[in-house]
Amino acid sequence: MSRKLRLIPIVLLLWLVAGLAWRLVKPADTAVPSQMVARPVPAFALEPAIRGKPGLAAADLATSQPRLLNVFGSWCVPCIGEAPVLAELKRRGAKIDGIAVRDTPDALAAFLARNGDPYERIGADRQSEAQIAFGSSGVPETFLIDGKGVIRRQYIGALTASNIPGVLHELEKAR
Amino acid sequence: MIAEAGLAALWLAAGLAAYQFVLMLLALKSAVDVARPMRAVAVAQGALTLIAFAMLLLVFATSDMSVKLVFENSNSAKPFIYKVAGAWGNHEGSMLMWVTILAVAGSFLAMFSRRTSERTLMSALGSQAVLALGFYAFLLIASNPFARLFPAPADGEGLNPLLQDPGLAFHPPTLYLGYVGLSVAFSLAVGALLTGEVDSRLARAMRPWVLAAWVLLTLGITAGSYWAYYELGWGGYWFWDPVENASLMPWLAATALLHSINVLAARGALKAWTMMLAVIAFSMSMVGTFLVRSGILTSVHAFAIDPERGTFLLVLLAIYVGAALTLFAVRGANLKEGAPFELVSRETGLVINNLLLSVILGIVFLGTLYPLFVEALSGEKLSVGAPYFNAVAGPLALVLAILVGIGPLLSWRRERRPVWGQLKLPALLAASALAVTIILAPGIAILPRLGLTVAAFLGAASVLPLVGRNPLRAPLATWGMVIAHFGIAIALAGMAANAAFSSERLAVAKPGDTLDVGPWTVRLADVTPTAGKNFTALEAELRATRGEDVITLSPQTHYYSDPQTETNESAIRTLWNGQLYTVLGRADASGGWQLRLWWKPFVTLIWAGGALIALGGAIALLGRVWRRRRKDATADWRKERYA
Repeated sequence: MSRKLRLIPIVLLLWLVAGLAWRLVKPADTAVPSQMVARPVPAFALEPAIRGKPGLAAADLATSQPRLLNVFGSWCVPCIGEAPVLAELKRRGAKIDGIAVRDTPDALAAFLARNGDPYERIGADRQSEAQIAFGSSGVPETFLIDGKGVIRRQYIGALTASNIPGVLHELEKAR
Repeated sequence: MIAEAGLAALWLAAGLAAYQFVLMLLALKSAVDVARPMRAVAVAQGALTLIAFAMLLLVFATSDMSVKLVFENSNSAKPFIYKVAGAWGNHEGSMLMWVTILAVAGSFLAMFSRRTSERTLMSALGSQAVLALGFYAFLLIASNPFARLFPAPADGEGLNPLLQDPGLAFHPPTLYLGYVGLSVAFSLAVGALLTGEVDSRLARAMRPWVLAAWVLLTLGITAGSYWAYYELGWGGYWFWDPVENASLMPWLAATALLHSINVLAARGALKAWTMMLAVIAFSMSMVGTFLVRSGILTSVHAFAIDPERGTFLLVLLAIYVGAALTLFAVRGANLKEGAPFELVSRETGLVINNLLLSVILGIVFLGTLYPLFVEALSGEKLSVGAPYFNAVAGPLALVLAILVGIGPLLSWRRERRPVWGQLKLPALLAASALAVTIILAPGIAILPRLGLTVAAFLGAASVLPLVGRNPLRAPLATWGMVIAHFGIAIALAGMAANAAFSSERLAVAKPGDTLDVGPWTVRLADVTPTAGKNFTALEAELRATRGEDVITLSPQTHYYSDPQTETNESAIRTLWNGQLYTVLGRADASGGWQLRLWWKPFVTLIWAGGALIALGGAIALLGRVWRRRRKDATADWRKERYA
């Protein structure tokens, strides 16, 4: 081995240390960007999930007004925790629709009676088909959709009080 | 008082380490004989760290909540064994354990090493002390394990429930012993580069340390793999997770070193390369420790991220590895290579072994750090997963496994007994295995099929070094080698069988439903709540039937309150021909339960193989140490022919 070859390990070490130092200074952003962002909502049409409230179809999400689409279920415990946040968003002017995943009308009615009902329309997604088309892997998730029916944000997991200003800001931006 | 005593012991040990460094400089500069003080101080330094570590165990055992570390990582309701294990189930405690092992290894080197030249030994002890010094500074400045809380809280915050498992009491300490054992090889290499005495004496002095570290790394990795298998409930034994890779990389380097060191010991060749590997092996241990402790890579082992500590460790790593590599670049060129060898010889075999292991090491290294570099340079995020590692490292590992069967049959220096003649039976067995899998299981993928074929070959070829001679008179080192190589065949067979024949079922079931997985029919009898010592749980009762066999399994989901977490406790039944692996998931809307079922034929061979590999290493170690006791270790390569 010539002397130059012997310097290779040192160069490699310098690279390694530089890379690791960079990561220490700039910690990883573990959020995975949603693949659904900037895409139009998938085509779907869901029957009403409870009596007295209309169902939901793709066309209902392109009403020239930005809206939130909340994917939830009466059987989902985090959704109970999220309910007050949705109520507050509604109070501050957000339009919210819902997709009830694998739910029954009775259970859903009881859930809404207990936790409040911020939804304008609720579609019944009995086989998770719409949920899957939206690229949603669990409940609750919330999509922010602009007036033309294009998805602007995907919030995975329950929205919390700390999300409210951000969501309202994004809704304003999507106008 | 106990915590303060521990802290005082640490400060004293740090002082002694600094003194050792001064002694080393004295010895290198002038011809002053520092042997007696150096040995005494090294032993005292090890004893002091042991005292510090014992104090830490004591505050954990007595649940002294006024110590911050105990408060943050323990809880008085915890079972006693996990209270003690909690001492090293956290950052500060594990770093104290690390430096304790480092210092104790130094004192063992001081007490028992009689084979190296005195000058090299003094430099090595000095190097070991400098290594320890950095970690003392780290503990005392950035991660004091004995920091107090005032006023003392009533009770502690608990330990991550994933870690409340017998595996924890065993897995990290074993890995650490292995990691740090390699520090001795590093220090001996640095010492020898400083004095220029790189020879077969040095190799023989280094070999037991490498062997011991390698045995412990093998055990630690095997135990960690089994722990992940049953505790995480994902049904896999290896995930190519960055932290797993962090333990695999030193193992690969140590495996290469273990083999090249034999060439240096027996033939005086591969001097520079072996010194390089000794440096790399411990460097990989430091990289591994850094990756785990800084938490900078996304991983299931998501330990705390702390930039200050990360920076400290990174600086230590840069200094130590940088210094050793610089020393190597300056001094390595002066090394005279030993006796030449022909193309078909044991030496060539070991060189190819080293090349393949190094390439695999490079592949794992690249795959683990590639996402980091891509993001640093282009901002693009990506992850490198099992498909890359399996596709790139898998075929190389198979080639290596074939050579493992051939290499030990070669003679040193030149070919004496034709090798191909001996390999007829293994080759025949491999061909039969290939034919059988093609006939009985035409659908399986190419890599598992080749894996089974190579396993059959290696299983037979690995025992050949004992054939044609009286096995009882073969050296223990040969027995060790045969057992370890046979263990590779066993583990390979387990991996290939698992990849080829596993069946998986993921379904939602209500009580009363039945599901099929592989040859089994599993009925969900019931799901009932139950309670443990510090958790509540849901337990499923599963009745599995296969022909006449009926077994009951009870997978559980545990809910812990301190801190709030849930874990899936899989229920596994081991049979002679495989494992039935069941996991209870969440309830869904309709009153059903998520169940995951696997039937994994012969999967246990993976860990049995790992254990055999470690056992082989341990037997070889015993042979090396015992031989030395008999004082017949004159530097005669003829005696090493089969070793």
